Amino acid sequence: MPQAVAATNDFVVKFANVNGSGSASANELFARAILRMGVPISPRNIFPSNIQGLPTWYEVRVTEKGYLGRRGGVDMMVAMNPQTWAEDVKEITPGGYLFYDSTKPTPPAMFRDDVNLVGVPLTAITNATYTDARQRQLFKNIIYVGALSVLLDIDPKEIERLFGEQFKGKEKLLDSNVKALNLGRDWVTNNIDPSAVKLKVRRADNVGNRIFVEGNNAAALGAVYGGATVCAWYPITPSSSVAEAFISHCRRLRHDKATGKAKYAIVQAEDELSSIGIVIGAAWNGARAFTATSGPGISLMTEFIGLASFAEVPAFIINVQRGGPSTGMPTRTQQADILACAYASNGDTKHVLLFPEDPKECFDFSAEGLDLADRLQTPVFLMTDLDIGMNQRLCEPFVWDDKRSLDRGKVMTVEELEAGKTFGRYLDVDGDGIPYRTYPGTHPTKGSYFTRGTTKDRFARYSEEGPVYVDNMERLARKFDTAKKIVPKAIARPAKGKTKTGVIYFGSTSPAMGEALDGFDQAGIMIDALRVRAYPFGAEVVDFVKSHDTVFVVEQNRDGQLRSLLINELDADPTRVRSVPHYDGTPITARFIAQAIEGHLSPPRRMAAE
Amino acid sequence: MTYISKPKLHHPGLLKNAAGFTRRDYEGAVSTLCAGCGHDSISAAIIQACYELDILPHQVAKLSGIGCSSKAPTYFLGASHGFNTVHGRMPSVMTGANLANRDLIYMGVSGDGDSASIGLGQFAHVMRRGLNMVYIVMNNGVYGLTKGQFSATADKGSVSKKGLPNSDSSIDLVSMAILMGATFVGRSFSGDKRQLVPLIKAAVQHKGAAFIDVVSPCVAFNNHAGSTKSYDYVREHNDAVNFIDFIESRTEITTDYAAGTLQEVQQHDGSTLRLRKLNDAYDPCDKVTALNQIQKAEAAGEVITGLLYLDPLPKDLHENLNTVDTPLNALVEADLCPGQAALDKFNAGLR
Repeated sequence: MPQAVAATNDFVVKFANVNGSGSASANELFARAILRMGVPISPRNIFPSNIQGLPTWYEVRVTEKGYLGRRGGVDMMVAMNPQTWAEDVKEITPGGYLFYDSTKPTPPAMFRDDVNLVGVPLTAITNATYTDARQRQLFKNIIYVGALSVLLDIDPKEIERLFGEQFKGKEKLLDSNVKALNLGRDWVTNNIDPSAVKLKVRRADNVGNRIFVEGNNAAALGAVYGGATVCAWYPITPSSSVAEAFISHCRRLRHDKATGKAKYAIVQAEDELSSIGIVIGAAWNGARAFTATSGPGISLMTEFIGLASFAEVPAFIINVQRGGPSTGMPTRTQQADILACAYASNGDTKHVLLFPEDPKECFDFSAEGLDLADRLQTPVFLMTDLDIGMNQRLCEPFVWDDKRSLDRGKVMTVEELEAGKTFGRYLDVDGDGIPYRTYPGTHPTKGSYFTRGTTKDRFARYSEEGPVYVDNMERLARKFDTAKKIVPKAIARPAKGKTKTGVIYFGSTSPAMGEALDGFDQAGIMIDALRVRAYPFGAEVVDFVKSHDTVFVVEQNRDGQLRSLLINELDADPTRVRSVPHYDGTPITARFIAQAIEGHLSPPRRMAAE
Repeated sequence: MTYISKPKLHHPGLLKNAAGFTRRDYEGAVSTLCAGCGHDSISAAIIQACYELDILPHQVAKLSGIGCSSKAPTYFLGASHGFNTVHGRMPSVMTGANLANRDLIYMGVSGDGDSASIGLGQFAHVMRRGLNMVYIVMNNGVYGLTKGQFSATADKGSVSKKGLPNSDSSIDLVSMAILMGATFVGRSFSGDKRQLVPLIKAAVQHKGAAFIDVVSPCVAFNNHAGSTKSYDYVREHNDAVNFIDFIESRTEITTDYAAGTLQEVQQHDGSTLRLRKLNDAYDPCDKVTALNQIQKAEAAGEVITGLLYLDPLPKDLHENLNTVDTPLNALVEADLCPGQAALDKFNAGLR
């Protein structure tokens, strides 16, 4: 027997499946059962851009310490896809485990000497019990969950409880699933010594009241709470589930009790140009509106984004980033649209970006982003990504202050117009660069104006005069300065001692970074960390960069886009701001960050660390 | 800037309508289009129609794309909010605006370049959605602002001012609109106010996607021999199938022309359209006949005008989406935000 990896509540199991085989719900069942035992997990879907019959993977990191980033490495491979067998077997850590269907004999050359084999005749067990083809396929998945539960010490009562919740009122389905689960459990109990597998789950109390949810679902719910009434979208991976979740939340929460009518309107538009046009039209007319898209959609929306910025119409855009450029890697994660969104469109344009770290912040920033778009009368982007958006992530529960009201910003009312208050659509009355607007139809004779993407004066009259243009552009710059003060502040995590080395990170890098920082703490490496949560950068970001000799910027793109933005906007010395890029489409890991940063540190420091 | 005086109208300017406004209250800024531009006559027709319908000017939102036509909304309804959007994308902005407030009247003004070339996709889809709107294309077959290039509605074989023939097939917007699901489709000529004003009025009253293609000669670049969108060509080839009397549910509007064969169509807001038919074979409520006649006229080199297609009982986007009667932009926190209690339930389901 090869050496066996032994770990309790700290290992990675990867499922290799065939797309469309019903494995997804079985794998989620496996993950949730561990969660119910009080042990944090972090699962990730790894799926190519296909629908049925092709490979798909589900990777579960079991992590008592609550490290929710991807770890890297596989301790147990559940190899259910013959097509990817060779590469799946190759991926297992030496001493790890290969769980496979042993119904048919497998030639020894297809195994590895340094990997422990756990063969269970899944097909034989399934076929002996079920005759229907679809049943065979579905229950085989449940049978492997049953087998794994014995090998890894997962409490079957938790799985049965999950069945109970899932099949409430459908007792027949409940019974048949429990039966399949026990088929797997019984076979292992009777045929294998479970102690041969030294990866174990032990009940803990580290989950607390956290929830387990996908970022896209959370962002959609945030839009409901933020008062969005118009949603226009065009399907694009990995953002489609935002609009789909918004549809289902609205169906549940936004119908008038008496009439059954909808307090929202959702349009699946013909393309992204239309989606953003609908959002801008609705927001211009006083409704809260948003769209959800990904990189290629942003490219298409760019002209309209410039219009909204220059004509000062609110727009909330959820960008679930994926690998680019062009069609790029549609089902892989990246943070590679930072510059494309920050400076989207022709001319001198700058836009507000929000960087959520997890589903909780997707919810919070979605609601807040709608407020910010109204307050600043400009496009605001929620820069999430596939890793946050399409994976269930453990996070703090959603909270809402029932006293909170929607901040609609500077909107002049019919009463104010009637009272003779001066209305200049592009007139800065109090120095913050934000003018008043009126909604169409407000007053029969006062407050109407013409909205256009061409230049205009303070009273919205068309003008191509140089000074008039400059006056407007200066005010827009003032408005952007105001944004610096009202966007979410960056969050600092100082090192345990004084240091001149800092690291800046954002978005989905957060869990891996947290884990890497714990490692630095343990190794005595002093690095101050700052999690940037928005662009434009607030004073705290300026101070952080100024007060460190070296600042690493960890991000998931090739060119160090946030680094470029920091250097450009803060006028920072490029030699002091160093890029730590990760961009192969897999979520960044703590191992990668630690290696990269330790590799950059000066030799004496590195030796000290070793 | 070119100043032009607007075409004279029958009503003296100072008479007030039932809403208490004079015709002047429906005017906008002085036009900067070329003297004699057909677009200015269309603006005048819009002003006249809104005045005659007793519309409150601020209850109209006017939207346009980019181009000569899309400049026009500045020149009518000065008390209305206007939005000059991006080239070819006015329909999506109008869709969003309409969703936000179903109570306003939405007047979209576009050109042939804006709607048939760069914006053909949005043109088609806004008709499909059945947006409650009046969509007017000021159609001159040419790009004016960029000085005389062909648009997609220029007829195959027609010749540009510089003498270049157009070898591409033309796009017929009225047929497109009918095929895409518009429920009110008309065509007229900027020089024919008698036909155009009642057509616009009927379109405003229509609770669905109303489209009017108005052939509007470009005096600068498309009014020469060899053009099929010139004043002379259209006057010679205009084949009007009907004239409309528009009868509101409130009062009957007297008309100054004799009735021919009459066809009355009741719309579901109670208003009646009375069509004075010039062509007995023409039934605008039958899509197949309408398309057939449009194709026949085109083959004969005629510009068929009038109310070409009408579904008197359309369903608009709001009806399809089953939205509340209150405009969405008037909903408040209590309507929109489900609060912590609902969130607690949601959180509980995610553990």
